[in-house]
Amino acid sequence: MAEQMRVVTKDIDVPGIDTLAVYEQHGGYQALRKALGMEPAAVLEEVKASGLRGRGGAGFPTGMKWSLLAKGSPKPTYVVCNSDESEPGTFKDRMLMEKLPHRLVEGVLISAYATGAKQAFIYIRGELALAARQVMRAIDEAYAAGYAGKNIMGSGHDIDVMVHRGAGAYICGEETALLESLEGKRGYPRLKPPFPAVAGLYGGPTVINNCETLSTVPAIIANGAAWYAAIGTEKSKGTRIFCLSGLVNRPGNYELPIGTTFRTLIEEFGGGVIGGKQVKAFIPGGSSTPMLPADKLDISADYESVAAAGSMFGAAGVIVLDEDTCIVGAVLRMTEFYRDESCGKCTPCREGTFWLVQLLERLEAGHGRAEDIDLLNDICDNISGKSFCPLGDAAATPIVSSIKLFRDEYIAHVTQGRCPFRARELATAGNH
Amino acid sequence: MISEAARERMRATVAKYPVARSALLPVLRIAQEEEGYITPEGLRAASEVVGIKEDEVEMVASFYAMFFQKPVGKNVIKVCTSISCYLRGCDRLIKQLEDGLGVKRGETTPDGAFTLLGVECLASCGTAPVLQVNDEFEENVTPQRAAELMRQWKSEQ
Repeated sequence: MAEQMRVVTKDIDVPGIDTLAVYEQHGGYQALRKALGMEPAAVLEEVKASGLRGRGGAGFPTGMKWSLLAKGSPKPTYVVCNSDESEPGTFKDRMLMEKLPHRLVEGVLISAYATGAKQAFIYIRGELALAARQVMRAIDEAYAAGYAGKNIMGSGHDIDVMVHRGAGAYICGEETALLESLEGKRGYPRLKPPFPAVAGLYGGPTVINNCETLSTVPAIIANGAAWYAAIGTEKSKGTRIFCLSGLVNRPGNYELPIGTTFRTLIEEFGGGVIGGKQVKAFIPGGSSTPMLPADKLDISADYESVAAAGSMFGAAGVIVLDEDTCIVGAVLRMTEFYRDESCGKCTPCREGTFWLVQLLERLEAGHGRAEDIDLLNDICDNISGKSFCPLGDAAATPIVSSIKLFRDEYIAHVTQGRCPFRARELATAGNH
Repeated sequence: MISEAARERMRATVAKYPVARSALLPVLRIAQEEEGYITPEGLRAASEVVGIKEDEVEMVASFYAMFFQKPVGKNVIKVCTSISCYLRGCDRLIKQLEDGLGVKRGETTPDGAFTLLGVECLASCGTAPVLQVNDEFEENVTPQRAAELMRQWKSEQ
């Protein structure tokens, strides 16, 4: 079987790597030691030169994000780690926190040093109890060993780190909603500008990075920007943890160089589609990214190629739908998610997602009308780009992309007056 | 009842944050651990400890899905219903649990032992279908495993 390229997940299978002692035996906290011997600006330049981009979904260059922090603010600067992993199809941050909590803590400490923050928060999704326990224990161990707290490693720098647990709200993965939640409020997104880099947590300049992004920082500092930038493609550097799920034989997290094809991921690592079936469609970056047809399987999985194919690399949550999957049924399920998770602040998203679910339910049940298909597109057009945050855009994405690719399947639900795939689903349910 | 020990833990939590109000979610979690759901007394205790009005506390508590607004069973079973679990049979899993526990999703068994909930993506798509029992994961839940789990849960009652 093909080998993964372990940069962020290095040593993940070593027994006890979640403890400080074993993590240190495998080079743990050496990157922090090295960073503390450099000027903060040099650490930032190193991350910038590595080409690392945010792994949460938006793909913003990490070093650039750090350098946008407002200078000379009278308020303290904060580093916040976004570990509110909730995007359907992603499950990498949970794994990193459960198995490699010290690498995250080390990454957070390095980022705080580079940006001049004295306080960092790790916002962990409320549902992930084990992940929170692991990270909290790692933080305690880091304090006891002098890696965190006052005068870390005798450097004269103070950096405090603490875990903040969410309480069940997808919207808090949006960075400004996350800050509201961290301030003890409802997780409503804020109007931007001001951006968090200028006025974020408690009004102070704040950098918010995803868990995988921060867990990548120690390897970059330890091995150098050039080493990291040599991995990946011309424009998309490094590795990504691909979260492979859906109808494949071996779903799971696979860390691979950016630029691996989706076919290699699915066939070589995922063991192909269950039962030797064909791929009908795949979602490359989590449920909020447009689905792609099987003839795009050979594209390179990188930011530019996925965009050129009409989708987004997103959080690299690759969901595989096989030839027997009902597109309308799958899209209905994804749309229910956005209906339930819409925070309700913006009318188009709050109301529109309800209407979308009703229309899709009607179509899936065989009671739809031909004009419902264009009505779905029309409602999506009235949600997308007309809400504060990207949740509304995300809700429209599975629908618009699937109608573009599989309009005939939607039409078949209308003309046949039933779901053409239903019988198969009932016959094989639970056989996977 | 919110015990004095719980109030003490709430105060200690507030002390950890640069701004008291940031402690609201963890403080509410302590309240829920004490009473099983967010009661008027829980809201009052959180309001006192954090130093904001009770209705503001309630506004926040009602926003987050993990804070229960009414009593739940001793064991809360959450089954993921999102796309990756859907593709791998979560609807069948929920049906099996509904039949085995004798409740519909969203309901609590008459003896108060179990609440069955359908929830959104639990970040376990690679080990679907998945459920949580009181926030701890059970992954790759085959029909056989689900039957085994139900026997185990019931024997522990």
